[in-house]
Amino acid sequence: MAKIIEVENLTKWYGRTLALDRATFSVEQGQVVGLLGPNGAGKSTAMRILTGFMPASSGTARVAGHDVLMDGLAVRRSVGYMPENVPLYPEMRVEEYLGFRAALKGIEPAKRRAAVDRVVERCWLGTVRRRLIGQLSKGFRQRVGLADALVADPPVLVLDEPTIGLDPLQIRETRQLFRTLEGKHTALIASHILWEVERICSQVIIILDGRIAAAGRIDDLCKKWVGANRAALEVRAGADGADGPKEVARVLGQVGGVAEVRREDVGDGWSRYIVTPQGDADLRESLQAAVAQRGWRSREFHVHAPTLEDLYLKITEVRDGGQTQTAA
Amino acid sequence: MRNLLLLTRRELSSYFVSPIAYVAMALFLVIAGFFFALADFRPGAPAAMRSIFEIMMIILVFVLPIITMRSLSEEFRTGTAETLLTAPVTDIEVVVGKFLGCWFVFLAMLAPTLLYVVLLAAFGDPEYGPVASGYLGLALLGAMYVAVGLFASSLTSNQVIAAVTSFVILIVLAMLGPWIASVVPSRWWIIPVRGIITQATVRTHYLDFSQGVVDLVHVLYFVALTVYALFLTVKVLESRRWR
Repeated sequence: MAKIIEVENLTKWYGRTLALDRATFSVEQGQVVGLLGPNGAGKSTAMRILTGFMPASSGTARVAGHDVLMDGLAVRRSVGYMPENVPLYPEMRVEEYLGFRAALKGIEPAKRRAAVDRVVERCWLGTVRRRLIGQLSKGFRQRVGLADALVADPPVLVLDEPTIGLDPLQIRETRQLFRTLEGKHTALIASHILWEVERICSQVIIILDGRIAAAGRIDDLCKKWVGANRAALEVRAGADGADGPKEVARVLGQVGGVAEVRREDVGDGWSRYIVTPQGDADLRESLQAAVAQRGWRSREFHVHAPTLEDLYLKITEVRDGGQTQTAA
Repeated sequence: MRNLLLLTRRELSSYFVSPIAYVAMALFLVIAGFFFALADFRPGAPAAMRSIFEIMMIILVFVLPIITMRSLSEEFRTGTAETLLTAPVTDIEVVVGKFLGCWFVFLAMLAPTLLYVVLLAAFGDPEYGPVASGYLGLALLGAMYVAVGLFASSLTSNQVIAAVTSFVILIVLAMLGPWIASVVPSRWWIIPVRGIITQATVRTHYLDFSQGVVDLVHVLYFVALTVYALFLTVKVLESRRWR
């Protein structure tokens, strides 16, 4: 598969602050990739460099085969970009603005109206197409920004936090939109909303403090960092002390083959324990036995599939040089 | 080319939905009208517009920066520069598009002053040659002022700083020469310097137009300064890509 976005050793200094530290990643054609990271990690910086809005301090970035510094115009012709704060001209009407942007991106007059109609429909802007942008709510503004990125049907989409500020229904609709993109468009979507990225993207690139911490398919990364087959069980211990939740965690931790135990309080005296095995083993039976031996009551035993959140937390922990066992 | 037209049109329409343009135009027309009545429209005065053309040169130093101050600074401030500069348009197209948009606003602001010509014709027998060349000079002058204002606007995201910067540049260019010439005492080595400064002043090159003289040197002065200011503006925009 051709690499549509290639970034190599990209470094960016803002004065004395290092925003990107030799970041290297790539996106293949047709993939919808999530760029994950906390605020200030370097996601927006990377995107601004890719779209040619600002230059890198060093390193190279290529989009659709063109270097972003040397061949900026060609890059901008292939990319539909949606910046983080969706800047728009408040004095224009929605369809006026989209028509202007369509024209700017090289769509001939004859095809402009059809292009605008298409994105208005895809982004659910039908009811507000004649409204002034300055009068739109945040959700609609986001959708106008998205429509702008899509209007020229570009092969590459670079979207910075496209669903921030949307209500749950709008988010769900946007997600459906993204699913239709896979295969035809290549998209790089920056976000810190993990569960959304999990549903839209099959691949992620995790960026922390300007460095790429992990990149690849979500399930592969989860297996590598978090392990499959984590068991989840809810146990009700006695009162605090010899039989308290900490004791439960300790006992579970001592079961053969257990690497890590994490506890969540679910209320009413019950706690949920998520047990990570060292290998790939299913430890449910041994855990069950340990619990029964101490006479604790248990309910709900299941295998816990690792989520992106687990992966993210794990990588962040490792980055913090942290413990392999979180405190109960 | 097509991008240029698009950008110019958008710029023009954005000016006419904002109150600033109308306020500046009204201000200009009130002051110009006042001076026209005082200077050129007096009983017994020759039916010409000489004084008002010179006065407009000074009024515009203060009015045009108010119109141009938001052209690029507003885009930087609101962040729309990000969507503009990541579209497949060149920096030259952006700058020239904004320049033409502002210049057309200026010309629209000038249009009502044609009323003065009508008034002169109604009450006297004006020579239309000097009037026409005077307007040509004014158009060129306006182009230069707009280009300077655009350059100042490209340097900052704060409209007020943009306006003040272009005030200062224009005041130096438009008013400095005659003032220096009158204030500085004559020495043998000052004379060539004074000559240079006089040639750099707007007034030197502008006044002939209202006398009916269209001298190529004067036309070139304005065109050259306009092009230079636009060139600098393009460079400022470009520098964002490699800074």
